[in-house]
Amino acid sequence: MFALTIGPGYYLALSAMLFIIGAIGLLIRRNPLIMFMCIELMLNAANLAFIAFGKEMDDLGGQISVLFVLVVAAAEVVIGLAIVVAVMRRRPKATIDDVSVLRG
Amino acid sequence: MEAVTFFIAAAVVLAGGCGVVLLKNPVHAALSLVGTLFGVAIHFINLQAYFLAAVQVIVYAGAIVILFLFVIMLLGVDRAENIRTEPIIGQRHFAILALVGFLVIGTLIGVATGGEVTGVPPEEALYSPSEGGLAIEQETKLSDGSTIAPEENIREIGRSLFSTRYVFALEITALLLTIAVVGAVVLARRPREKFETIPEYEPSVFLQKDDSDETSKVEEEVQEIDITEQESSTDATSDSETVNE
Repeated sequence: MFALTIGPGYYLALSAMLFIIGAIGLLIRRNPLIMFMCIELMLNAANLAFIAFGKEMDDLGGQISVLFVLVVAAAEVVIGLAIVVAVMRRRPKATIDDVSVLRG
Repeated sequence: MEAVTFFIAAAVVLAGGCGVVLLKNPVHAALSLVGTLFGVAIHFINLQAYFLAAVQVIVYAGAIVILFLFVIMLLGVDRAENIRTEPIIGQRHFAILALVGFLVIGTLIGVATGGEVTGVPPEEALYSPSEGGLAIEQETKLSDGSTIAPEENIREIGRSLFSTRYVFALEITALLLTIAVVGAVVLARRPREKFETIPEYEPSVFLQKDDSDETSKVEEEVQEIDITEQESSTDATSDSETVNE
C-alpha cells in the first residue's frame, strides 16, 4: 500500500519549502520577535537538509554540523532577544523599521 | 511506514511554518513554531538521528521557544487580545476532553499494534529485565533489511565530537556560549542613569486602537461628569432660590 520509498529528494524538497516559508516571513513581518522565529524556521530547514545528506552519504558529519548549528542558533536567539528587550524598553511598541538606524 | 510518517510530519512542519508567518498574535506564532520543531524532530527520528531528535525537542521546544514566550510576556506584545472571550460556549472543556481522549486512544493504539512507539515488541518488553534496559540495546529492523540501535548513534556522536577532528570546534562552541551569556547580561542590564523614553512618532496599529478606545472612554466620562456637575449646580441654584424666597 505504502511501498513508496522516501529518498533524500523528499527531505530536500521539504527543507526548501520550509526555508522559503521562513524567508517570506522574514521579509513580510515587521514584529522583531516573529522575524526571529522565521530565522529559526530557516535554520531548521538547513538542519533537515544536513541530516538528509548525512544519511545519504552515510557520514556522521551531518549530525555533528546540526549540533553546532543548534548551539549557534541558541546563542543568536539569546543575543537577539536581549537586543529586542533593550530596544523595546527604550521605545515601547517599536517595530523593526524604528531601529533601522542602529541607534537605541 | 516511513512514507506515512514522512507525509504526516511534513504536513505538521509546513502548517506550523505557515502559522508562524501568518498568525497575528506572537504567542500563537510561538506555539506554531513548537509544532514545526516537533515535526522536524520526527523527521530526525525517521532519518535515524535519534540523539539529535531528543536535542531538538529539549533545546528548541524546551528552551528557545520558552525564551521567546518569556520575552513576549515581558514586553506585553500580546496585550491586544482579550483572553476571556470564548467564541463558542464550552469550547475550552471540549478541547481539553478531546485532547485527553486523543492522547489515550493514540497511546492504546500504539501499544496494541506493538513495537512502533517504543521500538520493542510487546512480548519482548514483558521480559525486559529493567524498564528500557533492553530497549536501548534493541536493534530496530529497517525496511531495507539493515539494523540500527539508538544507542549506537549516541555513542558514535560522542566519539566523533571528542575526536581530534571536531574537538577544537567543540571548544570554540563553549567559548561562543560564554560570550552569548555575557553579551545578554550586558545588553539587558538596566543602565544607572535614567533616560527619557523617546516619544512614539509612528505608532503601530495596536497602539492606535488602544488609544482611540481609551480616549473615547475618557471623553464619555468627562461628558458624564459635566452633566452631573450641571445638574448639581442647577440643584444648588434652585435650592438657593428657594432659600431666598
